[in-house]
Amino acid sequence: MSRGDVVYRTVLTALALLLPLLLVLIAIELVANAMPAVSKFGFGFLTHSTWDPVRGEFGALPLIFGTLYSSLVALIIAVPLALGCAVFLTEFAPRWLRTPVATLIELLAAVPSVIYGLWGIFVLIPLLRDHFWPVARHVLGKLPIFSGVFYGPSVLAAGVILAVMVLPYITAVSREVLLAVPPSQREAGLALGATRWETVTTVILPYGRAGIIGAVILGLGRALGETMAVTMVIGNRHEVSASLLQPGYTIAAAIANEFSEAVSDMHLAALFMVGAVLFLITIIANTLARVLVWRVARGSAVGSTAI
Amino acid sequence: MHGRLIRRLFGSVMTGATYGAALLAILPLAIILAMLLVKGAGSLDWNFFTKSAVPVGEAGGGFAHAIVGTLIIVGLACAVGVPIGVAVGIFLAEFGGGQLGFVIRFIADVLNGVPSIVIGIFAWTWLVKPMGHFSALAGGVALGMILVPILARTTEEMVRLVPNSLREAALALGYQRWRTSLQVVVRSATAGIVTGVLVAVARVAGETAPLLFTALGNQFFSTRVQGPMAALPLQVYAYALGPYDEWHRQAWAGALVLIMLVLVLSLVARAVVRGKRQHA
Repeated sequence: MSRGDVVYRTVLTALALLLPLLLVLIAIELVANAMPAVSKFGFGFLTHSTWDPVRGEFGALPLIFGTLYSSLVALIIAVPLALGCAVFLTEFAPRWLRTPVATLIELLAAVPSVIYGLWGIFVLIPLLRDHFWPVARHVLGKLPIFSGVFYGPSVLAAGVILAVMVLPYITAVSREVLLAVPPSQREAGLALGATRWETVTTVILPYGRAGIIGAVILGLGRALGETMAVTMVIGNRHEVSASLLQPGYTIAAAIANEFSEAVSDMHLAALFMVGAVLFLITIIANTLARVLVWRVARGSAVGSTAI
Repeated sequence: MHGRLIRRLFGSVMTGATYGAALLAILPLAIILAMLLVKGAGSLDWNFFTKSAVPVGEAGGGFAHAIVGTLIIVGLACAVGVPIGVAVGIFLAEFGGGQLGFVIRFIADVLNGVPSIVIGIFAWTWLVKPMGHFSALAGGVALGMILVPILARTTEEMVRLVPNSLREAALALGYQRWRTSLQVVVRSATAGIVTGVLVAVARVAGETAPLLFTALGNQFFSTRVQGPMAALPLQVYAYALGPYDEWHRQAWAGALVLIMLVLVLSLVARAVVRGKRQHA
């Protein structure tokens, strides 16, 4: 190797090392800034539900609950749809239709979050409140998860918006996972006399199971950290409520709303602490997802094209 | 015989259901685009592009400050993020076979999944807090940090598409390795890399969360990068949550401009990427 080669490789390596450095720095900053809250509240921070910046009392349970709950609602809506789309795009769609439909679904991921929020406030919430709920209450009204009065901004609205937002990610990654299933598997299923649908459910989906779970977790990671659209439609109330019709709050939304107007250093530290919790959860989710997807579609940059 | 009919019928029904799923997935995109056109297009006039925000009640305000702000902040983000992101991508494609490559690739994917609001508060601790004031510069750096891992992965993919014979030819002609890499391999991947940049820029241009505590937003026209600056997504957010109909009207118009910017960038990019992939 000549000197030029050594320099070239060294410079590129140094720049590449900026990525791990950035990850470590983010972790350090979050933890360091959260320290006052950690030492004052300890683990109780995660289990208490009082959030009173004026009196300096902080418990993050409603935020953590709201984050997980709204994301769960999103997944319940999005996963069956996304899997249907992925199967459609890899198995059933006529060839000429595949690329345009895939592109349109991917474009959903390109719509900025704030536009989903705007749409949520002025279209989705009125739709849910004035058209969906007056009809659905006769059927669903008895269920505890649909109790209380429905004013609009709610976990339900956030869940629906999040479902639309994570759908393209889950679809794109599951589609690549399904494409990685060897044709011989598919042919074997058909040769045994299975219908095409039976081949999908008994051969193709089980073969790609790990990758599909990875895709779902990847979508979960997106939903957990989604900020603007959720902030605009979830109602922003520090309260744990099982009812989908009631307002809730998420970690990301609380940071977005309160960070620049934090009333005290402890308030700021509490926001850093929930930020650190969110950071940790999304890192775990992403790591898990990547490992699972790699097990099926090894080596290929699955998901990177979904951006 | 009877069972077989039922099985086939069930298969057909479920196949139809996947058509339905695809249709249902595309529906929101169609609805959102239609709503943006219906509610936003009417407010797009000359004033909208040339005037800044005016106090409530006064007629004729616009989003000029936000449009210019977005261009400046995204420009800063590119200045920070593009060189680093592309370099990391070249590293992954050229030297990423070993353990270090594996780790970097993995961390790029993990960083890609870090919520943008977390990047926002990180940029706040590093740039806003020490400087003592909000700034467009901090916003640009925050968006740049989001660009890097995305670009690293797309650039890697594009450079990998270059056929190995090209590299071998250059080496056989006596080119040094680094010159082969830069002047032959990376150069022939340029079109792909540029489209990767366009896709990434389209994504960060619509980011709001990282700008909340960095660029902050501004009701006035400003090109000073050391101070708070307006941006399209921030302005849409503020106006959507505001109490005035006039603001809502402008929020829709701003959202329309934003989505046109984003969609044009990503559609152009996708078209080029598709062509590129079919060649390889």
